[in-house]
Amino acid sequence: MNVLELTGLLAAGACVAGFVGSLTGLGGGVVIVPLLTLALGVDIRYAVGTALVSVIATSSGAAAAYVREGYSNLRLGLFFEVATTLGALAGAYVATRAPTRAIAVAFGLVLLSSAAFSWRRHPAAVREAPPDALAVRLGLTGTFPEPSGPRAYSPRRIPEAFGLMGVAGVLSGLLGIGSGAFKVVAMDRVMRLPYKVSTTTSNFMIGVTAAASAGIYVARGYVDPGLAMPVVLGVLAGAALGTRVLATARAGALRVFFTGVIVLLAVEMIVQGVRGAL
Amino acid sequence: MAADADGRRARTVGGLLRAGVTLAAAVVAAGGIPYLVAHGFERPDYTAFRGEPPALRSAAGILRDALSGDSRGVIQLGILILLATPVARVALLLGDFVREGDRLYVAVTAVVLGVLAFSLLGSGFL
Repeated sequence: MNVLELTGLLAAGACVAGFVGSLTGLGGGVVIVPLLTLALGVDIRYAVGTALVSVIATSSGAAAAYVREGYSNLRLGLFFEVATTLGALAGAYVATRAPTRAIAVAFGLVLLSSAAFSWRRHPAAVREAPPDALAVRLGLTGTFPEPSGPRAYSPRRIPEAFGLMGVAGVLSGLLGIGSGAFKVVAMDRVMRLPYKVSTTTSNFMIGVTAAASAGIYVARGYVDPGLAMPVVLGVLAGAALGTRVLATARAGALRVFFTGVIVLLAVEMIVQGVRGAL
Repeated sequence: MAADADGRRARTVGGLLRAGVTLAAAVVAAGGIPYLVAHGFERPDYTAFRGEPPALRSAAGILRDALSGDSRGVIQLGILILLATPVARVALLLGDFVREGDRLYVAVTAVVLGVLAFSLLGSGFL
């Protein structure tokens, strides 16, 4: 395969990654890493460096639309970035001494178990309960656009979710992933946020979590311009398409789509952990 | 009042992100076209990890390489702009909360920006 063919193939794969990532709140690494390593035989270090670039492109490209349209909760995203960036730093610091293979397998199992109940809707009692006092004090309540007009919501169980975001950050630093799946599950299942708010706020955050380790990956020579070029352009095109679909998509359909993607991601993490590719 | 400020903030942040990715994509494409013209029919080998040359591993090196007209350096400069976009977004929000006198979120954004700066400086990339 020559450079032109590789570029075309990667741009097409990245377009899919950007589309999936912008709709699910994941970074798109779930598509990029197996495409590079399994289909094209690229070394895992180049694949991880390229995936990191794809996470930042998906996040910034899609968040530009989601933030303006009022889906992402800016304050909530910022508040949790404290936990994710500190966690990522801690994770990257211990990565060389930690049993990353075992952690990848454990992470895969956690994702599989969360997929088992992630398709369930929140009970009506939760959706109609009065706002959480801590959420009001921290300015974390908000509204998001629905066809019938803006709908108000209030995050719940903020301390637990903050702890989980710290865990998500540690996983990012350890495994070189955006850990968007963990973030979406924490916001959707623990905080009981509306589904589109969970995925778009995760999408808003993953760029900063990834940026916290981006310098390290560039400095180690993992980011190759020949691989990153088609990935950036493809991801941005795919993400632009995804943001148009999200506005009209039903939350239930997105939930089913997300569940399918995290099952795939879980299998990937377990396989990588067992094969020792990380 | 709070809702108005939040709406304005959302538009500013959205605008910054859009400007960042547009500029990054333009620079990546500006390097990508000459790169494909010059190397399009070569057979790349990414199966073994060799790592990027030192010129493409640090911000200063990338800037020098891009200014010398090397197409791979120009692409890498575009990637650098992309990586800087989320950091710029945090810095913008910090300035915004300082202007509003929102102490809690000044502290929150300052911690995030501090962690990002610590990680970037510690990586040897700057």
